[in-house]
Amino acid sequence: MGLDFSIVPSFAGPLLLGALWTVLLTVVSAVLSFLGGIALAVIALYGPWAIRLPARFIAWLFMGTPLLLQLFLIYFGLVQIGIDLPAFVAGVIGLGLHYAVYNSELIQTAILAVDRGQMEAARTLGLSRPQALVRVVVPQAVRAVVPPIGNNMIALLKDSALVSVIGVAELTLAAQLAIGRTYRAFEFYAAAAVLYYVINLGMEAVLRRIERRIRLSR
Amino acid sequence: MTQTPFVEIRHAQKSYGTLEVLRDVNLTVNRGEIVAIIGPSGSGKSTLLRAINDLDPLSAGEVLLEGVQVNKTLPPRAYEAHINEMRQHIGMVFQHFNLFPHLTVRQNVTMAPKLLKRLGEAEANRLAEEQLAHVGMLERIDYYPSQLSGGQKQRVAIARALAMKPKLMLFDEATSALDPELVEEVNQVMKRLAEEHMTMIIVTHEMDFAASVCDRVIFMDGGVVVEEGPPSVVFRTPTQERTRNFLRKYLEGAK
Repeated sequence: MGLDFSIVPSFAGPLLLGALWTVLLTVVSAVLSFLGGIALAVIALYGPWAIRLPARFIAWLFMGTPLLLQLFLIYFGLVQIGIDLPAFVAGVIGLGLHYAVYNSELIQTAILAVDRGQMEAARTLGLSRPQALVRVVVPQAVRAVVPPIGNNMIALLKDSALVSVIGVAELTLAAQLAIGRTYRAFEFYAAAAVLYYVINLGMEAVLRRIERRIRLSR
Repeated sequence: MTQTPFVEIRHAQKSYGTLEVLRDVNLTVNRGEIVAIIGPSGSGKSTLLRAINDLDPLSAGEVLLEGVQVNKTLPPRAYEAHINEMRQHIGMVFQHFNLFPHLTVRQNVTMAPKLLKRLGEAEANRLAEEQLAHVGMLERIDYYPSQLSGGQKQRVAIARALAMKPKLMLFDEATSALDPELVEEVNQVMKRLAEEHMTMIIVTHEMDFAASVCDRVIFMDGGVVVEEGPPSVVFRTPTQERTRNFLRKYLEGAK
């Protein structure tokens, strides 16, 4: 049995739909990981211990265990304690929190690297410490880590393939379904790889735009 | 009749571990007065200035603004509210400008008034335009700090402080980080403020500026006020040996 890519176009619909789900999954998880990363960073640095400890536990859990296991736990495990999440939601939570922890590490370092004079200038104007953090320090820290966070988001896109195991019909699962029907593994995995690559190019273009936009404001 | 002094520093003492930076400094500044604090580095002059708005809290002693103690001992929450209120009346300009790089010039100026005085968009914009015009920076209103020269940044920083309508302005070596050719534009703005009778306390290394603008010069060394008086006296006929030494070294350096 040689390779025959002529079969691929007849599955273009399901594959593109899968790609669309991958994009959606990635974008929603990326937003969660970004906002969650900021929140976790601020809590880790300035939160009272009553919130800092649970936040540290979440960080430990999501950094110290495999993402695949986390997805299983969220999707199959939580049902047992009465939390029945749709697969897509479970996927977003797993991917989002996993990468929120990584983003938080970056943002924490960046917050500590913001020049001390920035906080002083804000406090001198009469801003409270929380106001100064929200208006002055955190925005600068986030701008400083846009490139490495961008790298995390590209890793997130690739890890979104793991969500196929809990039954979200994203690109990898769409390819697997097509293979199940045709037994053409090479052709469909290759087609999926090309689509991932295209999505990746799109993401990189968006990230470059963001970086260009914040260039002056750094 | 004794009038409450505008700014009063009583028995200011500050130490870092065993290092005494300020030892029993007393200082009174009247409304509208322009005071220069000069002295060698490490003399405690910046520490004293930063104690006035409690940025560097004193170890002991009191700072009063119009009779109200700035560095009150209060429970944390009450202190926060108190100091944020007090600082709205005390503008400060830093050596390294400390403009907010992620905000435009306009946003740098309007942020605090919008946040703390609840100014609306239109009102805040009008305020920013007025203050920036005052320091000659109106045409750069929508630039980011990264697009400005040092002198321009410092002028914006002054406008940002003035937008809160402070009663008192503190200048912490405002021109020390500037290229020599940019010093004059900042000095001009400070002179203008002086003519408008803003009360100013200026830590500076520029003796010429201190002599021409200030009403009184304070010479500090080793954490104490060694000598104070009108610039004509302190600069021309200093009574203290340490002042003479300092001024001699300064003049030699200036040659």
